[in-house]
Amino acid sequence: MSLWVDKYRPRALDDLHYHTDLSARLKSLAASGDFPHMLFYGPSGAGKKTRISATLRAIFGNGVEKIKIDQRVFVTPTKRKLDVNVVQSNFHIELTPSDVGNYDRVVIQEILKEIAGTQQIDLNAKQRFKVVIINEADSLSRDAQAALRRTMEKYMSNMRLVLCANSTSKLIAPIKSRCLLVRVAAPSPDEMHAVLAHVAKKEKFDLPQSAAEQIVADANGNMRKAILVLEALKMQSPDLTGDLKIAKPDWETYCHKVADMIVAEQTPTQVLAVRAKFYELLSHCIPPTVIIKTVAERVVERVDGALKADVMHWAAVYEMRMRLGSKKIFHLEAWVVKVMTLHKHFMYDIDLSEFA
Amino acid sequence: MFLKGKQTAKNGPKHAVDPQLQPWVEKYRPKTIDDVSAQEHTVAVLRKTLTSTNLPHMLFYGPPGTGKTSTILALARQLYGPDNFRTRVLELNASDERGISIVREKIKAFARQTPAATVVAADGTTYPCPPFKIIILDEADSMTQDAQAALRRIMENYARITRFCLVCNYVTRIIEPLASRCSKFRFKPLDTNSTQSRLEHIAREEHITVSPETVQALIATSGGDLRRSITYLQTASRLTNGNADTTITPRDIQEIAGVVPDEIIDDFARTLGVDPRYGPSRANKNDEDDAMMVEHTFKKPDFTSVRGKVGELIREGYSGAQLLSQLHDAIIENNNLDSKIKSHCALVFAEADKALCDGADEELWILDVALRCSKYINAPVPTST
Repeated sequence: MSLWVDKYRPRALDDLHYHTDLSARLKSLAASGDFPHMLFYGPSGAGKKTRISATLRAIFGNGVEKIKIDQRVFVTPTKRKLDVNVVQSNFHIELTPSDVGNYDRVVIQEILKEIAGTQQIDLNAKQRFKVVIINEADSLSRDAQAALRRTMEKYMSNMRLVLCANSTSKLIAPIKSRCLLVRVAAPSPDEMHAVLAHVAKKEKFDLPQSAAEQIVADANGNMRKAILVLEALKMQSPDLTGDLKIAKPDWETYCHKVADMIVAEQTPTQVLAVRAKFYELLSHCIPPTVIIKTVAERVVERVDGALKADVMHWAAVYEMRMRLGSKKIFHLEAWVVKVMTLHKHFMYDIDLSEFA
Repeated sequence: MFLKGKQTAKNGPKHAVDPQLQPWVEKYRPKTIDDVSAQEHTVAVLRKTLTSTNLPHMLFYGPPGTGKTSTILALARQLYGPDNFRTRVLELNASDERGISIVREKIKAFARQTPAATVVAADGTTYPCPPFKIIILDEADSMTQDAQAALRRIMENYARITRFCLVCNYVTRIIEPLASRCSKFRFKPLDTNSTQSRLEHIAREEHITVSPETVQALIATSGGDLRRSITYLQTASRLTNGNADTTITPRDIQEIAGVVPDEIIDDFARTLGVDPRYGPSRANKNDEDDAMMVEHTFKKPDFTSVRGKVGELIREGYSGAQLLSQLHDAIIENNNLDSKIKSHCALVFAEADKALCDGADEELWILDVALRCSKYINAPVPTST
């Protein structure tokens, strides 16, 4: 039995619940022989992947659903071996090159050359090209992006690229100008309600309005999260009535605890305690950006209005430094100390202008 | 381009590229240098070389999409004609084959061959076909310093039988010894009229109806880059070709270009306390009517409203860098804002742009920009005039 998220994932472009004009466009593109390189971007859980696979289906038919998972080995010029998992069918191949970090360029070049070098063997295929789907395109290194740029033009005759990214900011301009940009916005609350109702109907139960509203508010535009939560709630209390509690992930409550500590007391001992908590979070593989954002959001709720903008400002500054630097904990801690100082000075009403 | 040329050469008659599937950028590349849009000065100089059949080494520089590559290709075609073109012109795209070894082997080998005897009357017309070859180095600014250094002696040694044409975006990245060996041609961004006439020409040829507003939108989003506007036009027509009654709207163009719609930016600016038309929301201007109108449409921005708005924008999936640049335009080009406020905001924008380039989190930085700008915009005005 599969999860509801997968079970009720729309398969065809016509089944998609929202962004109908986008679906219509994709459909007309898939029908015409002239299919450009594409770049799908939008927040997570908005339905980028669903749209990509639906588009593929519209191009090649049901054959794309026969997929196999492969582990490929690539050898870098320095003789290092890289293992990459790829998902492929007869018509497309899907990979996440950013998994291999700095060596993504090698993977991109090798795999694209391989795909581009072989023509479509299936004579019944509707199109002559194969499709390469690249996930997390925004975390590709500059080198890899530059390598893409040339290959995109060179091998246009038997290959099309579909890039999937959260934002276009980190992609270089030459790539953007070679792709058709497709923005997939997060669904609006109404659209999310409709999807939840659809899932409930298929599972043959009634979804109370109150529960649906709670789920939608919690998911914040992330459809995947909303459906997962719905399934979890259904397991907890089959009738979905009464006092529902959407379980927050552990790390979130933990982050909130950290925020409360920062606001409660501003002393060196407290910094040490916070530091221990940060280490705990980091060792559980919570990305530091997520940590700083969650904590900052919570802190902002607790402090005085005059401080809010500053707290966010410094969160932004230290988050950037975190990306540039290598030791995440330093910057997390520095931010905590900064917020504590701001808070303390504000409380004791000391003129901050000298320290700012 | 180089490879494309080779490809069509190899399997030319067997299955030529379906003209319908060909990018319009290639399809409508100027055939002669007189077709080149809006670079009168350069074209005038080059036309002289056609008659005198002597050519200096050349360095073309200018922003992307202004016709640098098109000009040199058209010139070469006019000089040699289609038959000799392939043996006389070497085009190298530096972005994939850079490095010193390429300069040493490929360029040297090509430069060394003495050109074959001039063949006249290829397709009936006579071409000047001067006794030298042209080596085009595209994207020369991404060649390494060493490769450029290796080039300088080659340029002089083979000056008798070869002419170099370096094409680049940033002339400052070309080392001085190379630049001084070439005559430089600057390509300026295309003005509105030339872009417009070119786009209208293509639209006519392709039998698509494009309203003047759409053309304006194309020009505005591409900022003088003709290649970009043509690509956008082609994509837009592709999207709407299924049903003939739909025409391309300016909104389609903006969506393709990834531009945030103006209304959304205006709304965002309003949340920060600037009206895109009336200036700061607080009634500090002496114009009473304006102040009255403004006062009841605005509430003073506070943290929650700004944060809510930013969250909404991020959920819509717009790119952070794009939002930033458009908000920048909305604030900096606003006539009603104090220049001091503007300069404060400009600093904020610059900092955020750097952060985004370094890969920082978009939501945090957009929020930071919004908060800080609204702080400056809504700060009490100093009483001095």
